Amino acid sequence: MLTLYTDLLCIGAGLAGERCAVEAAGAGFEVICLSLVPARRSHSCCAQGGMQAALGNCAMGEGDCPDVHFQDTVKGSDWGCDQDVAWLFAETAPVEMRRLAHWGVPWNRVEPGVHTYYKGGKPFEKEELEENRGLIHARAFGGTAKWRTCYASDGTGHSVLYTMDNRAAQLGVQVHDRTEVISLIHDGENCLGAVARSLRTGELVVYLARATLIASGGFGRIYRNSTNAVINDGGAHIAALDTGMVPLGNMEAVQFHPTGIVPTDILVTEGCRGDGGTLLDKDLHRFMPDYEPEKAELASRDVVSRRMTEHMRKGKGVSTPYGDHLWLDIRHLGEKHIRTKLREVDEICQYFLGIDPVNALIPVRPTQHYSMGGVRTNRDGHAYGLTGLFSAGEAACWDMHGFNRLGGNSLAETVVAGGIVGQKIVEYLKGSEVSFPTGVVRDQVARDQERIEALINGENGSENVFDVREAMFDVLEYAAGIYRNGDDLERGVGELQEIHERANRIGLKTSGVGANPELALALKMPGMVRLALCVTYGALLRTESRGSHTREDFPERNDRDWLSRTLATWKDGASLPNLTYEEASPVYTIPPGERGYGGGKIIPRDAAKEEK
Amino acid sequence: MARTLTFKVFRYNPQDPADAPHMDTFVLDETESMTLFIALNRIREEQDASLQFDFCCRAGVCGSCAMVVNGRPTLACHTKTADYPSEITLLPLPFFKLVGDLSVDTGTWFREMYQRVESWIHTDLDFDPNEQEERMENDVANAIYELDRCIECGCCVAACGTARMRQDFLGAVSLNRLARFIIDPRDKRTDAEYFEVIGNDQGIFGCMGLLACEDVCPKELPLQDQLGYLRRKAALTAIGRKGPKNPQLP
Ligand SMILES: Cc1cc2nc3c(=O)[nH]c(=O)nc-3n(C[C@H](O)[C@H](O)[C@H](O)COP(=O)(O)OP(=O)(O)OC[C@H]3O[C@@H](n4cnc5c(N)ncnc54)[C@H](O)[C@@H]3O)c2cc1C
Ligand code: SF4
Ligand code: SF4
Ligand code: FES
Repeated sequence: MLTLYTDLLCIGAGLAGERCAVEAAGAGFEVICLSLVPARRSHSCCAQGGMQAALGNCAMGEGDCPDVHFQDTVKGSDWGCDQDVAWLFAETAPVEMRRLAHWGVPWNRVEPGVHTYYKGGKPFEKEELEENRGLIHARAFGGTAKWRTCYASDGTGHSVLYTMDNRAAQLGVQVHDRTEVISLIHDGENCLGAVARSLRTGELVVYLARATLIASGGFGRIYRNSTNAVINDGGAHIAALDTGMVPLGNMEAVQFHPTGIVPTDILVTEGCRGDGGTLLDKDLHRFMPDYEPEKAELASRDVVSRRMTEHMRKGKGVSTPYGDHLWLDIRHLGEKHIRTKLREVDEICQYFLGIDPVNALIPVRPTQHYSMGGVRTNRDGHAYGLTGLFSAGEAACWDMHGFNRLGGNSLAETVVAGGIVGQKIVEYLKGSEVSFPTGVVRDQVARDQERIEALINGENGSENVFDVREAMFDVLEYAAGIYRNGDDLERGVGELQEIHERANRIGLKTSGVGANPELALALKMPGMVRLALCVTYGALLRTESRGSHTREDFPERNDRDWLSRTLATWKDGASLPNLTYEEASPVYTIPPGERGYGGGKIIPRDAAKEEK
Repeated sequence: MARTLTFKVFRYNPQDPADAPHMDTFVLDETESMTLFIALNRIREEQDASLQFDFCCRAGVCGSCAMVVNGRPTLACHTKTADYPSEITLLPLPFFKLVGDLSVDTGTWFREMYQRVESWIHTDLDFDPNEQEERMENDVANAIYELDRCIECGCCVAACGTARMRQDFLGAVSLNRLARFIIDPRDKRTDAEYFEVIGNDQGIFGCMGLLACEDVCPKELPLQDQLGYLRRKAALTAIGRKGPKNPQLP
């Protein structure tokens, strides 16, 4: 068996993983990044919109500062975030955007003169100042008081990830792609590295490391319909949960985006609605004003997603072999606008739907988009539960997003957190000594090997892995979607427990030889169901509505009982996660209040306490 | 509508000593808006769970899913079955090392490529976190972005005659990458330094200019312009002249 040693092992070579790697390699440490795909194919490359940082260079960003960014972020989180972390983030973001410029990102820049911009479908004029010529420009995004989203045309994630990977290559960071972590190695106190399976040969490889970072992105693929890349299936979250000691935070906080296209759930931008697009039902009736007379299609993401679901539940969706959907209508915006201002949408429609949005309706439905929950860390990115284990990016619950993250704040988080956590890892590496007990390593590898053999030989049963996955998808769809209620959640938890049993009885239909994809899925299937149970059980117990977590039977945001973060751990052999809670924030620089959008009632923090 | 599709798919698992390269046939009912992403996943789930292929973003932006569809390298995720006859032949990209079935190892080749052309900004300036960013004209930023759009799918290399003849050929994608750094004012390499990397048969002089690369590029990168520009510039650099302006620049 191949065994490799390194100072820092990054599980993940997306923006968060590589930003940490660059920091450690820059300080002279040896770093290996693992990835399921070549680093540049990581999901970070898909982000188009941009990343938030209060530079205040453009006319519509005038007067912006980290303070305003901080306020937007806390409100966006519905007061579920750690405010110290949100502040650290807002303060550091401008420096990181400039650093990216230094490393080679072709940010769009300020062009002085009078420009025509659009708001709510209507044009207006604004002058960019000569003194700001050539500085980083910014565009508008939802939930922000100022134009603050830095962008490189419509390929921000792509440009930033390529730049970061260039930088990593320059510093000698190794990327072992087509390599999948299946478990963490630990002695009960320290994390010592990970066991990985080669997706080229199927062989197991042991990585021993003085520090280990989980930067594996989101786990959206436990849902059937998601904007996430197909590799975002939570493999590293499972490895963390399976230690029995590392808690996952706020797993019930799952963000849905209103406009994924049908059938492939590829995202079409919020800009469609921002520029005046409307949502229609199967009778071609514009229904949003019936529910939200004021804001209609321009209500916030969670609100629009909720209303669309409600409307389809009334039988107003268009039914297809791929499920129900609604229509997005941008035809009235005209050919010129669509081919230039919405070029990306135009391409997606032509390529993936074979329709021309200039004269055809776009089939859309709300779809899973972002995982606010993840490996719970402290402010330094150090995971709870094990020394030497860190986490950053979408995989982590650091926690600056609370129960709803703002557009443009996630990509920025990957590099900001990556920089900060990377520095903390460097400090840790300078002061730590680790020993690698061979027995611990051998035991972990033996456990993984046994699981593989049992699957190949069908020792535990002959359940079909795809059937099990479909069953899990079904439950999450009805129980842990946009709307949740006690009855469905309770039923869902029960069914997922049965599905978990089935997942433990999977047997392969194929030989499992080499880079067999059936084996890869079968190995993580029981863990995916455990993640699904963390989401569903957490949602069942959280009897309030906050951010993206909406309980029909508990419509209030309940600060009295639930201004808290859920922590889920999983003991070996258990059938449910163990849930505990901690205070959402150590300080409330901005005391809990109204978000200013979305409506809803609030039970104040100082209302008389009830027994929980 | 409601056609029955026949997929002829290249199969070979190099890890299995009992296996030899062959073609398998799978039959599927076509559904509305079906793409090769949907079709191949259905085949894997319903007919043969060992079938290897790569998808990641499934949205035409990550470059994972390039394969040869009825003779032409393209992205499988944005290929609609409706645009094809009812018999579709799928082969892995040539040139790259085969991982298994339709899956090839583009990652290793591209990483070596960007080490060879040193695909990063070369500068002596240190980053100062207390300073404002260095200014850049927006036109220049846009020009760099245009060449930065490559998704490293490998279609251009797979379609290239020179690449088929010499394994060390850098390919249009590498030349385009270097062109991106040549127009970037942050990169301080001299023309002579750039042409040390590409001014030979592995680079611009190996290229036969038949432009299969540009024809198949799913991102429609201006590969032809860049190849021509580099060739002219290399010749002029060799005789000590400054060379023409990149057509991408304003
Ligand atoms: C369609 C779409 C558009 C978006 N647009 C924006 C936007 O405009 N602005 C914004 O702020 N945010 C946006 N987001 C969110 C943002 O893109 C992601 O949150 C962010 O890129 C996550 O980066 P990351 O580094 O944490 O993880 P990723 O980039 O997802 O990288 C994860 C890495 O982990 C590896 N990995 C995973 N599991 C394993 C394992 N078991 N073993 C080994 N390696 C593993 C993967 O191979 C990969 O290298 C968008 C998201 C989507 C889905
Ligand atoms: S033009 Fe040059 S690089 Fe392009 S396909 Fe032909 S030989 Fe290859
Ligand atoms: S240049 Fe075009 S075809 Fe070649 S790798 Fe890049 S995107 Fe693919
Ligand atoms: S899967 Fe990403 S380009 Fe096709």
